Amino acid sequence: MATEGLTSTSYVRHHLQNLVYGELPEGYERADGSVLEQSTWTIAHSTQEAVDMGFWALNVDSMGWSIFLGLIFCYFFRKVAKNIDSGVPGKLQNVIEVLVEFVNTNVKETFHGKSNPVIASVALTLFCWIFLMNLMDLVPVDVLPFLAQKISGDPHFYFKVVPTTDPNITFGFSLTVFAMIIFYSVKVKGIGGFIGELTLQPFGKWMIPFNLLLEGVALLAKPVSLALRLFGNLYAGELIFMLIAMLGYYQLPLHFIWAVFHILIIVLQAFIFMMLTIVYLSMAHESH
Amino acid sequence: MNFNATLIGQIISFAVFAWFCTKFIWPVIIKALDDRQAKIADGLAAAEKGQHELQLAEKRATEILREGKEKSKEFIDQAQKRHDEIVDGAKDDAHEEGQRILTAARAEIEQDRQEAKETLRAEVSVLAIAGAEQILMREVDKNAHNEVLDKISASL
Repeated sequence: MATEGLTSTSYVRHHLQNLVYGELPEGYERADGSVLEQSTWTIAHSTQEAVDMGFWALNVDSMGWSIFLGLIFCYFFRKVAKNIDSGVPGKLQNVIEVLVEFVNTNVKETFHGKSNPVIASVALTLFCWIFLMNLMDLVPVDVLPFLAQKISGDPHFYFKVVPTTDPNITFGFSLTVFAMIIFYSVKVKGIGGFIGELTLQPFGKWMIPFNLLLEGVALLAKPVSLALRLFGNLYAGELIFMLIAMLGYYQLPLHFIWAVFHILIIVLQAFIFMMLTIVYLSMAHESH
Repeated sequence: MNFNATLIGQIISFAVFAWFCTKFIWPVIIKALDDRQAKIADGLAAAEKGQHELQLAEKRATEILREGKEKSKEFIDQAQKRHDEIVDGAKDDAHEEGQRILTAARAEIEQDRQEAKETLRAEVSVLAIAGAEQILMREVDKNAHNEVLDKISASL
């Protein structure tokens, strides 16, 4: 938000910083120059402080929005599931059923393993949850941070509202999917089968190290590409919203155009994430 | 891009939400969808059956209609026949009755004629005598000429 002495660099930087809660060590010099007498759990007041908090710190904003949006997803779907009517559906039930049907069709068409309701429900959770997270990108960039600043009374309050622009969130998704890939690979093919798949192809047993290198990279590329694709698209989209927001009064039509364009991206990215998850899990169920 | 405990938090929340969805959302909605599918399939099958039955019923109705028509035709024929019979019988009766009446009338006429003849006979004899009296200009003895007079009136 427009505070005095704000440069475009600091504006963008401020917007890209999460609200981090973590522990700062004893004797640490804070951003405002004060020195801590003992190690303290606190909210970071600068990017450097956030980095210095190390691994055991929490991005309160993206975590909070993520859980809040997940709860919205659960609330609406559970509400419909509770009062579901297999006769004539209501309006909300119709919307939910369209989503479920859509995911179910995709899973049926793409997933070739033994029918497994877990895959489909994970796909549904991923699609709806990521879509809701991405949707936060369409809330004008400054509205929620501005409100947060007013409520907290701190004009430098960090607040990032789109959880999928936080790599922690996207990697949280993709690493869980990765764990599922390994779990189902081992479950369906056995440990031997899984290791064999990694080492004995594509070139046979005389090329085991080379095979392992190829297949290992292919396996590890799955979660990394999943997470980075989603993160990169949303991060870039958010960045463009910020750049447009700095244009003064010209920003309004541009915001509109980019938002319309972005509607496509947010649905597409949620869809791609879901589809690739299904494809990867399907591959985990098949032996080559 | 610095990683922190948010990663773990997100993994846990994803696991929880996915578990919740698998347990309480997905099976319920899918079951309802399957139920509806079955219901619609049943409904369509019932509709088809109904249509088939309708066709059969239509066929049967046509059959009954045809039978009814045939029967009514038969009835009409019978009635016609009976009508003809009745008319013929009536004709015969009427004819007989007419004959009877005619015969009676003839008999009556015959009787009247006989009676008139008798009367005439008597009167003719009186007239004949009166005529003869006028012609002869004298009294005729009735008793002397009774035989002649009776002969005349008998020949009438």
